[in-house]
Amino acid sequence: MKEQLEKIKQEALAALGAAKESVDLEALRVKYLGKKGELTAVLKQMGKLSAEERPVIGQLANEVRERLTAEIETQKKKLEEAKLEARLEAEALDVTIPGKKTALGHQHPMYIALEEIKDIFVGMGFTVLDGPEVELAYYNFDRLNAEEGHPSRDWSDTFYFDKDSRVMLRSQTSPMQVHAMETMELPIRIVAPGRVYRKDEVDATHSPMFHQVEGMVIDKNITMADLKGTLNTVVEQLYGKGTKTRFRPHHFPFTEPSCEMDVQCHKCGGVGCPTCKGEGWIELLGAGMIHPKVLEMSGIDPEVYSGWAFGMGLERTAMRRFKIADLRLIFENDVRFLEQF
Amino acid sequence: MLLSRKWLNEFVSVQADDRTFAEDMTLSGSKVEVTEVEGQEIANVVVGRVVEIKRHENSDHMWICQVDVGENAPVQIVTGAQNVSQGDLVPVAKDNSTLPGGIHITKGKLRGEESNGMLCSYKELGMTDNDWPHSVVDGIFLLESDPDLKAKGLKPGDPICPAIGLDDHVVEFEITPNRPDCLSVIGLAREAAVTYGKPLTLHDPVVKGGGPGVLTELLDVETPDPDLCPRYTARMVRNVKIGPSPKWMRDRLRASGVRPINNIVDITNYVMLEYGQPMHAFDYRYVKGGKIIVRRAKDGESLTTLDGNERQLNSSMLVIADETRAVGLAGIMGGENSEIVEDTVDVVFESANFNGTSIRRTALALGMRTEASAKFEKGLDILNTLPAVDRACELVELLGAGEVLDGVIDILNFVPQPTQLDLRPDKINALLGTDIPAGEMCRILTDLGFGVEGETITVPSWRGDVGHYSDLAEEVARFYGYNQIPTTAMRGVTTRGGYSPEQLLERNLGIICRGMGFDEIITYSFISPTYYDKIRLPEDSPLRKSMKIMNPLGEDTSIMRTTVLPSMLEILTRNYNYRNKSARLYELGRTYFEREDGMADEPKVLSLGLYGPEETFFTLKGAVETVLDSVRAQKVTYEAEKTNPSFHPGRCARILVDGKEVGVMGQIHPLVAANYGVDADLYYAQMSFDALFASRGAEPEYTPLPKFPAVTRDIAVLVDKAVTVGSLEAGIQSAAKGLLKDVSLFDIYEGANLPEGKKSVAFNLVLRADDRSLTAQEADDEIKLVLEHLEKTFGAALR
Repeated sequence: MKEQLEKIKQEALAALGAAKESVDLEALRVKYLGKKGELTAVLKQMGKLSAEERPVIGQLANEVRERLTAEIETQKKKLEEAKLEARLEAEALDVTIPGKKTALGHQHPMYIALEEIKDIFVGMGFTVLDGPEVELAYYNFDRLNAEEGHPSRDWSDTFYFDKDSRVMLRSQTSPMQVHAMETMELPIRIVAPGRVYRKDEVDATHSPMFHQVEGMVIDKNITMADLKGTLNTVVEQLYGKGTKTRFRPHHFPFTEPSCEMDVQCHKCGGVGCPTCKGEGWIELLGAGMIHPKVLEMSGIDPEVYSGWAFGMGLERTAMRRFKIADLRLIFENDVRFLEQF
Repeated sequence: MLLSRKWLNEFVSVQADDRTFAEDMTLSGSKVEVTEVEGQEIANVVVGRVVEIKRHENSDHMWICQVDVGENAPVQIVTGAQNVSQGDLVPVAKDNSTLPGGIHITKGKLRGEESNGMLCSYKELGMTDNDWPHSVVDGIFLLESDPDLKAKGLKPGDPICPAIGLDDHVVEFEITPNRPDCLSVIGLAREAAVTYGKPLTLHDPVVKGGGPGVLTELLDVETPDPDLCPRYTARMVRNVKIGPSPKWMRDRLRASGVRPINNIVDITNYVMLEYGQPMHAFDYRYVKGGKIIVRRAKDGESLTTLDGNERQLNSSMLVIADETRAVGLAGIMGGENSEIVEDTVDVVFESANFNGTSIRRTALALGMRTEASAKFEKGLDILNTLPAVDRACELVELLGAGEVLDGVIDILNFVPQPTQLDLRPDKINALLGTDIPAGEMCRILTDLGFGVEGETITVPSWRGDVGHYSDLAEEVARFYGYNQIPTTAMRGVTTRGGYSPEQLLERNLGIICRGMGFDEIITYSFISPTYYDKIRLPEDSPLRKSMKIMNPLGEDTSIMRTTVLPSMLEILTRNYNYRNKSARLYELGRTYFEREDGMADEPKVLSLGLYGPEETFFTLKGAVETVLDSVRAQKVTYEAEKTNPSFHPGRCARILVDGKEVGVMGQIHPLVAANYGVDADLYYAQMSFDALFASRGAEPEYTPLPKFPAVTRDIAVLVDKAVTVGSLEAGIQSAAKGLLKDVSLFDIYEGANLPEGKKSVAFNLVLRADDRSLTAQEADDEIKLVLEHLEKTFGAALR
């Protein structure tokens, strides 16, 4: 019997090793280990054995059964793995085929520039203000120290809705300074972006409608040094740390002292090139200390409070940032242009 | 303002190179636009003497010249000019030389004869007959034809530019409107002197006078409109010899961008440039009655100005007149009828101060802004008229151009009081954030011409822009150096800052739209009134009540839009015409509605516009639904809109939230599309920003997830084609008894095997109870209720 068992074991192992499908394995299991299987048949003859032989053969038979059962499991796993592998191989894709994406829309470059600027100021505790575009000349001019007779009030420069030049399209976002002074509690820190209008024919650098962002701070002990410090911080966030700036005297009716702020030309690093018209610097914005008369007109005591303000053209900022050569592209809204941003 | 650096150096010695000078002046407040060196385009051109000249054998008009150009031997040059003789001094462009306009001269052969360069005319040197009035207009520039050049003693080989004085350095300034004093050489010299800490050397004009006659007997001046003419100063010159002015004066005028004309006119321009005081010279012959009247023009009066144009005047304009007629437009341009001409004998010099606003308005109304008006309109120093007229007379004597009469006519209608201010050094330092000693402030102000006595500052007459301590702060800061002011972080109470809920919604709507593939556009707020016709707005539509701009750039930008539809259609059309095969665009733009007080309500509108092969009514509607989902709008419904004339009558819907209209959407009416020249389906939706803001759903609150399973049932019903899916859905919702959690359309079928006029609509219904598993019976009962209701209401039959 010993030989018989050994023979079954060898035969079965060989057969299992050759099996190609899991159904074959099942058939072999039935053939050898099933109720009518060969091993069972051998075991049925155990009764014929002597008391000494019985436990020995019994143990051997059990070993053969365990060995075969284990082998079946092993083979089964092997076959399953091979099958999975074959399936995965068959399922292989050309991963270079483009995906099914949802095409994203694009923010207008002017708004990209504006949103960045707003975020920087909001991070410094500024509030964003919205205001009317149809504005009183009183707010756009008088309250900003640009009295009757100031050239910018001319019909050749500004759009009006009435003969008396009372209601107009704001020519700057600066009237928002006055609105803020009238409606907000001190101290004030605001930025006010929006559309402004001037009577300029359309060309590569002019448009009768464009966008500005105004900024203003009023508090006790605000100095021109603060203006410089704050705007330098903003420029470093916009154009990178270490960006050089300079401040030049300038003139605005509603700030005194007034200045313009230049950033060093990114293209030539200040040596002078066509981008900066050989100057090495590019004009970024106008600013200054709020004129004490403007504060007074809004009921703020310039002996106690002081403030600074700035105004910045957004199209120009966006054009510089994205190297857009012609302002008309900004308002043309060609999708081939828009989709570049 | 063009500044000659030679002229500047007469008043202050500044040696800095042009670039440094430009930067230094810019940083102290006089912005330099550009600097230029005269004659810099000219290279390798020298003075030459023609030592021999003979006819070219093979030409009937050319000459062969041997020219001494200061080298060992003369060079041979062939010329076609006929005005050259032996011994003449001429400009010679040698072999390998450059002339203005990038013209390059090299040696060559002319009809077999070698020519080692070119003899030049002054035009070839980039100059005009105004620059060289003594020389022939055509032909070679014979240098010694100009008396000043002849006196100078030029030598062969001298580089041409310095030899003829074409070597000034010219600096162009952009002067801000508050500083008319800097529209003069003296004004800029003062700024330069303080910038460089150098002394300013001014000169008081000295007039010998003694001309024949008594001024007051010859000339009388009246100023009946003193508000427009605060001061009128005049002197007279007799026995004038009109002729070219000397070269040094012509050189300076040319460098300053002014064309030399004749000695008297040149003197007025010279003084205007030097002193910043516009001057005018009249021919005394034509001042009828010897009387100058500075008066308002009469309505309907006309005057032919020096430029030859006849001007129609009105009573807001100031003229210089004699007893019979106007002879000049005050502060802007003289009249042709009193122009200085070759045989002028007696001259009146006018040096006046006019009201700036009046001059500006007149110049604007007549469309003739001149050098003089540009100065007057900014408000000039009233004390400057007298020194200026004296300087003019001094120059007349210097040039030997006439005999100056003694005395001045000077009508001063307004006696200016000098402005006095307290210095307040602490306040200035507090404003600037600096620690500048009071003494330093006083030094800067003194150098600028301010009177300083203790802490009392007297503002000089030419600084009408200074009237406040903050102005003094700017003066101090300019010369202390803006870039020396420290940079500090703001102290004080911190503010919270941030975005308002409206601003956050604006931002989010943009993100949602872009997430759906829409590109953001920016369109003009003003449109043409004809655009309302293009979108087929009815004649009586309230939307046609637009605010009108009184002075628009043109019809196309003349009214404020009440709807953003034309703006979007214009951009869609443009993209379509550019053959962009599809476009999805959005804008959050304002519309403008006039209020009773003349101001405007400016509601914002979100507009979506699209076209393309993939686009349908339902792709647009999907976008609208997503926008509404993004604000968590509840109870959103759509109602067919058949009467909006801009839209396809069968493909337009009003968008409602909780029964209130928030917008409209649909396919653009083919006739509207045709008005824009588009032969394609355009889709458009607009939603009121305020309505979207008001439609925002409450902040979500967590609802426990269902513990019991749902039962789903599909039903398909047969209904008349006219029955809408929306009404069926509403019917299902209303019939269910509370177990129905969700209804969704999954099929609409119209086809051959259905009865005529019917369609099949199929819904998927989800039923669930919160406290138990539903039995099949419960679900069936609910469905039965729904079907009964649909049958009763819509005659719907279960398929």
